[in-house]
Amino acid sequence: MKAWQKMITAAILATVIIIAGTLVYFNYFTERRLFISTTTSLYDTDLLKAIEEEYESTHNVDLAITAVGTGIAIQQAQNGDADVVLVHAPSVEKTFLEGGYGVNRKIIAYNFFTIVGPADDPAQIAGKNATEALFNIAAYGQNMPDQSGQTQIWVSRGDNSGTNSKEKELWKAAGFNYTEMSSEPWFAITGQGMGPTLTVSDQKNAYTLSDIGTYLKFHTDGSIEITALITEEQALLNVYSVMAVNTATVQANQTIHEQINYNDAMDFIQYLISPSTQTLINDFGKDTYGESLFHQAVQPLKNDAPQPIVSWIKSYAYFDGTECPTQYRNNPGNLYD
Amino acid sequence: MADILGGIIEAFRLIATGNPELYGIVSRSLLFSGTAVILAILWGTPLAMLIAIKEFRWKTILKTFFSTLIGLPTVVLGLILLLIFSKGGPLGFLGLLYTPAAIIIGQALLITPILVSIGISAIESVDPEILNLSKTLGASESQAQVSVLKEALNGIILSDIASFNRAIGELGVVLLVGGNIAGGGNRTDVLTTAISRYTAIGEIDYAIALGILLMIIVFAINIIVVVLRRANYIVELAKAPYFKLKTYRENKT
Repeated sequence: MKAWQKMITAAILATVIIIAGTLVYFNYFTERRLFISTTTSLYDTDLLKAIEEEYESTHNVDLAITAVGTGIAIQQAQNGDADVVLVHAPSVEKTFLEGGYGVNRKIIAYNFFTIVGPADDPAQIAGKNATEALFNIAAYGQNMPDQSGQTQIWVSRGDNSGTNSKEKELWKAAGFNYTEMSSEPWFAITGQGMGPTLTVSDQKNAYTLSDIGTYLKFHTDGSIEITALITEEQALLNVYSVMAVNTATVQANQTIHEQINYNDAMDFIQYLISPSTQTLINDFGKDTYGESLFHQAVQPLKNDAPQPIVSWIKSYAYFDGTECPTQYRNNPGNLYD
Repeated sequence: MADILGGIIEAFRLIATGNPELYGIVSRSLLFSGTAVILAILWGTPLAMLIAIKEFRWKTILKTFFSTLIGLPTVVLGLILLLIFSKGGPLGFLGLLYTPAAIIIGQALLITPILVSIGISAIESVDPEILNLSKTLGASESQAQVSVLKEALNGIILSDIASFNRAIGELGVVLLVGGNIAGGGNRTDVLTTAISRYTAIGEIDYAIALGILLMIIVFAINIIVVVLRRANYIVELAKAPYFKLKTYRENKT
């Protein structure tokens, strides 16, 4: 054999060995992997890290978490690259369920979005409700002397994430069209996660919509100076849900899908709604930030508690009067008791 | 922004105290990119050799093709591989997405054009007489080709180093097909993706520390190679069995 033939043979062998080695390793020598596609806010606040450590210490499963926006999380699930999705965009979730991609949806937590901006509040939004605030910001932007695009006063994620979906709803409620607004000179789009978007807003001294968790983390450690101007109102409600990927549909649409880890996905959902995990979610961040970043949702919804928050969640994140209509349930067991 | 100086001081503290999180990420980066370079050398060098030595119709086009691919944005390759490795994609049945193998293959493909292009120039710059000369001295075709390779060794090593630097410093492939998975199990986060994650979640000191380590690795490898080349150590070492040829050339000049 010539030298180059030897090398090519070695290259082919090496490629095969690497692929085969990886497959053997992941199939026989490690714990089963459960792929979770999640919204960035659950990940960036370290809540999922805490849940992962707790879960892996008691279960023989390796949680492989990819932190992406809700838009990509759904996309990954449709391609069969995720077993579980953790997201916060009810309208997107509804489409996902209707497409047959997800089953057994459970609402696991809630908190509030917040409108963040410079402390001197040039658009005068403090004390207003969310839609009035956006109206004021748009009016301020349109009447600014500098319309060259140098000064931008609103920063949007623009990544189809849950936060971005909420932002679109809020603009609509304020009487504007998001797509039209996004070409205004005072309107900036980052296309990135919440952390980078907060940093951009801070640098530009602009307003943005943020989940409370990421905002508190960045604000408390001094990474950003912009502050929360509007919080805790019905229009800013943020509801987190979990869904298992529907093996049946995804398998029918694609070629090979026995790797979708449905059993572990269901076990993980049961784990998330268990009282001890709900307490963990509810207490998370209290020591560091002096307040909870997330509130438990399972018990209040189950008890149909009289607080307004229960009816807010129902009107915002329930479909046909339930968190998961019966046709999207698959052997739910006691999930909805 | 967070206090830069404080971040840098904290970063050096993390590096000095041997923070296991940091060094785990560094070792994954070295392992994945190192393996990718070895893999790419195995298929890239013979390819360069063939294109440089043989005369054929599409030679110029093929050379242009590889030198164009050097500029391929890493995210584009990442996207293509994501679609291929995704469970719905053509190679989805292998289940390689979000595994080290996907990263290694992705990075190896990314750097192949560098290895091939620089390799071709290095081999073409070797005096063509060497090939004939070796054969005259009794070398087989294969041995003659190896002797040409050894003459071109400086350029080839340069392409290996450039490839390693590109592999360890790229973000697009490793983020899209690796998934940047951290946590307690099998991780696929490496230097570049971890820097981007730590920046996104506001842990700047970790991001700075990883950035410093990445630069140290790249500098260190370049310095070692420069020193060795200056001492001509590598070249001499490789040529040792062919002293006959070398002596012949020295006598000739």
